[in-house]
Amino acid sequence: MNRTPAPYDGVAVCAPVTAPYVRFSPESAHWWAGKLLRQLAEDTGFGPADIDGFCFASFSAGPDTAVGLTQHLGLTPRWLDHLPTGGASGVMALRRAARAVQCGDAEIVVCLAADTNQIDSFRHSLANFSRFSQDAVYPYGFGGPNATFALITDAYMRAFGVTREDFGKLCVAQRANAMSNPLALQRRPLSLEAYLAARPIADPVHLFDCVMPCAGAEAFIVTTPEIAKARGLAAASVLATIERHNAFPEDPVQLRGGWAMDIDQFWASAGISPADVDSLQVYDDYPVIVAMQLADLGFCKQDEVADFIRRTSFDIDGDLPLNTNGGQLSAGQAGAAGGFQNMTEGLRQILRQPLGDQVPNAEISVVSGFGLVNYDRGICTGAAALRAMK
Amino acid sequence: MTERSPREKRDPLARKKARHVSPATRSRAMHAMSARAAQGRFVLQVCTDCDKATYPPRDACPYCWGELVWQDRPNGAEILCETIIRTSTDLYFRDHLPWRMGKVALDAGPVALVHLHQDLGVNDRAAVRLMLDRGGNAALFALPPTGEIDMTDPQLREFTVPVAGKTVLVSDASSAIGLAVVKALHDAGAGLIIAGMLPPERLTDQKHPILNLDGVQPVPLDIVDQVSLSEALSKVGGPLDIVINTARHVRGGGVSEQANIVEQRRAFDVSAIGFTRLAQACAPMLAGRSHGAFVDLISSDALAGATDNAAFAAAEAARLSLLQSFRHEMRSTGVRVLSVFTGPVEDEHHQPVPPPKVAPARLAAAIVDALHQGREQSCVGDVASDAMARWLSDPMLYAREKNL
Amino acid sequence: MNTATNPALAAMLGDIACGAIRVIDLTNILSSDFPVIVLPSEFGQCEPFRMETVSRYDGNGPAWYWNNISMNEHTGTHFDAPAHWITGRDIPNGTVDAIPAEDFIHPAVVIDIADEAAADDDFIVTRGFLEEWEKQNGAIPARHWVLLRSNWSKRVGTLSYLNLKDDGAHSPGPDADAMRFLVHERDCIGLGVETVGTDAGQASLFDEPLPAHSILHGNGRFGLQCLTNLDQLPVFGSVIVATPLKIKGGSGSPLRVIAMAPSKD
Repeated sequence: MNRTPAPYDGVAVCAPVTAPYVRFSPESAHWWAGKLLRQLAEDTGFGPADIDGFCFASFSAGPDTAVGLTQHLGLTPRWLDHLPTGGASGVMALRRAARAVQCGDAEIVVCLAADTNQIDSFRHSLANFSRFSQDAVYPYGFGGPNATFALITDAYMRAFGVTREDFGKLCVAQRANAMSNPLALQRRPLSLEAYLAARPIADPVHLFDCVMPCAGAEAFIVTTPEIAKARGLAAASVLATIERHNAFPEDPVQLRGGWAMDIDQFWASAGISPADVDSLQVYDDYPVIVAMQLADLGFCKQDEVADFIRRTSFDIDGDLPLNTNGGQLSAGQAGAAGGFQNMTEGLRQILRQPLGDQVPNAEISVVSGFGLVNYDRGICTGAAALRAMK
Repeated sequence: MTERSPREKRDPLARKKARHVSPATRSRAMHAMSARAAQGRFVLQVCTDCDKATYPPRDACPYCWGELVWQDRPNGAEILCETIIRTSTDLYFRDHLPWRMGKVALDAGPVALVHLHQDLGVNDRAAVRLMLDRGGNAALFALPPTGEIDMTDPQLREFTVPVAGKTVLVSDASSAIGLAVVKALHDAGAGLIIAGMLPPERLTDQKHPILNLDGVQPVPLDIVDQVSLSEALSKVGGPLDIVINTARHVRGGGVSEQANIVEQRRAFDVSAIGFTRLAQACAPMLAGRSHGAFVDLISSDALAGATDNAAFAAAEAARLSLLQSFRHEMRSTGVRVLSVFTGPVEDEHHQPVPPPKVAPARLAAAIVDALHQGREQSCVGDVASDAMARWLSDPMLYAREKNL
Repeated sequence: MNTATNPALAAMLGDIACGAIRVIDLTNILSSDFPVIVLPSEFGQCEPFRMETVSRYDGNGPAWYWNNISMNEHTGTHFDAPAHWITGRDIPNGTVDAIPAEDFIHPAVVIDIADEAAADDDFIVTRGFLEEWEKQNGAIPARHWVLLRSNWSKRVGTLSYLNLKDDGAHSPGPDADAMRFLVHERDCIGLGVETVGTDAGQASLFDEPLPAHSILHGNGRFGLQCLTNLDQLPVFGSVIVATPLKIKGGSGSPLRVIAMAPSKD
């Protein structure tokens, strides 16, 4: 019933940039955005006058939005977007910017996410996150996302026979991947024993199932292949993207995400299959969501997830290199920038600009996003397949 | 005689325990749910077009965008999943960790996050009760559907007001109602009951068997009189957990007919000024307690007036108004302010009133029950229940009929 | 201008200063817990004393302390004017504001009924009792306050002061014959008592109910209630100063009552 989306002709994605994360920062989101733009300028040679499209995501820039950022940072874009989709904002920024460039509404679009993390600001941003959360989640123990995903994890483990050891394998692999990434906040080796022995946070979620909130920023540029080439920037093309919000509202507990609604069309549009994927960068606020995506993105069947995890290697040089920078679980979750991290890392691997170790012969990255626990589940999902331009 | 629960003892050098309340920000729709929860109802929003129930509270039906109205719905449920929260950034919950919560599929349709009673687990059937949390807002609490509920569940205790072992002040214990309340509190195991005796006292009052029960301490008290109130509170000595305001001044008379200004003034002094004095004096004492509560006995005549008891009804209306403000003030302290509405009581003040009337013992039992259920608003007896129902459905019509 | 004080007044002041004349306070402390008379519930009730702090060197008045007070005219140690009773409603100058100032200073005679009252809460002062008393002590002089020393003031602060039982209050007082004797044959100024009313606690049940109020006020005489320290007065020879507030049309008033009496030695 869905009309097939047009291919992303004439679109190039390039210039992944990451501002080194810190656990706490007294600076503002604006400061982090400025710092990252400066870094982007040094990497690409683009100055404020060159940028004619700007897409921004942040939880901590209030009261400002993308609008305030243009004046604050001296941008005069002819195309502007502000994304409130958090962990899904990286993929969604790509989708919107790609169409803008393709249709000529803009030529050089900077997609940027920046968030600060002041001491105690996490508690305040939690407390004001959403209306449903205020009404019907926080009053029940105020466990934050830990509690919400504990319930999902509990139901998921019961439904599909996934064990803590299975989740542990994912977390241990991501930590191993993080060890070569100098920007990852957590790079000490993690053993399965240590994972299993960690203190419980909200049963069955334990310490190493949780991301560490931090401050940081991520950005990339969407432009035309011609401009990328003229500037000497390695670039990737967009094979396919999907996006979905509030999927399967009738599911009592979230055991699948919106990807499952659109995944067949995704692979068909991309013209590849899961086996062709060289690097998989999935949103990883909790390992249960990683497991969920392995099935929803088509790498295995839903009821075979446990088996798939057990027989697959997720290391950088493994069968399915997964979250090769360590993911948020090891690199840190810098607010909405956490939703950009998989985009920048997916790009880096196929552009051969890794922060740490390089996935051998990587040509194709699949990147996914997952965002906004409005009530009892993540609402926004998206995915993109990228191929390095020759 | 039942065994008295021991009164709480404290380390005199320890700093006072800070009392926090559960997160309190709510949407307007959620406040509407809380207003119904205060009445002990289990309600959900239901669409007037497609008849589907929805939760959390919304401002439009998510199935057809129709209009939502609040309706009583069955409260059965099945537990889908659970967790034990062991860390929280919220100061209230940090004081009460670990905290068990879960998700249920309500028989009425929606799924909901709930507080979980300790006797429940995944796949169990549950009865979900809409209770008021420490911040005074509605919350769903899953309880065992049958059998006796273990009220010692530490989470459930946060939603209720235990009486056993507590120190309770009864503002007017010399009336038939007051005596019955003292008796009921004693039977519920209250540790110390300060029984306010409205002057002038008879010599024989002191010999009343209820006032001579173990743990009952009569003190002269007229809440209209600041000095008397201060002196009575000075005799409490230890912490004060619960105040039950039974003081009232029931006298007949209209406004232009058979009006007695002296009695009218006294009625206002007791119901309104006395209430304020009592609330003002006790609030700081209650605010420091883990389960502080203030119960106010109020006439259902407060809702829409009463031609034959105009001054009393007006004074009780003033009290109702003050009660609303006081309740709001106390929300930030976690002190529960409960109101128990009653119609005519089977006592000396209601001799000319035909039945049905509420026996003082029944009223007293309802007060203890309101505490044990943490119910913000209760109606005792047919007259009060009928008055509340009619007032809720059409206040102007009820005021007209009531005063015909 | 002659600045010298009148010799008689000067002598009195001198005697007060040197102690030859004692000044005795016959007033109870006016406080909210001081009992007021209780009438059967079909009647309006007497308001007790109430005091509300307006400020006490605080935000409502940083440098000053003051209170709002309220009470009935017949609260605490108080004065009954003739207009208080229906029998006295037509007495000229029968309200407190109209009573001539010279009526506020009169000598007193103290009749001791302490032993009788101790033996019987409902002790009734009869004409016979008064005649017997006169035989022992001498005649009650005209234009005197007659003060009944019952020692009831010693009960203040206990329930036995009002002494309420299921059948009402129990306290001593005169009967109608005694009152007629005092008013018509001894021309008393008024009756002063330690109890909460000039009448006995059960006086509403007398054949002639509430005779003290009825007969005193019907004849333009006064009442003083809730007195104390009567045990410090001589039987004869004291002077009472009792000046009610000048309330327009008032039926009575709380007041400070003092007595002057010769030194005991």
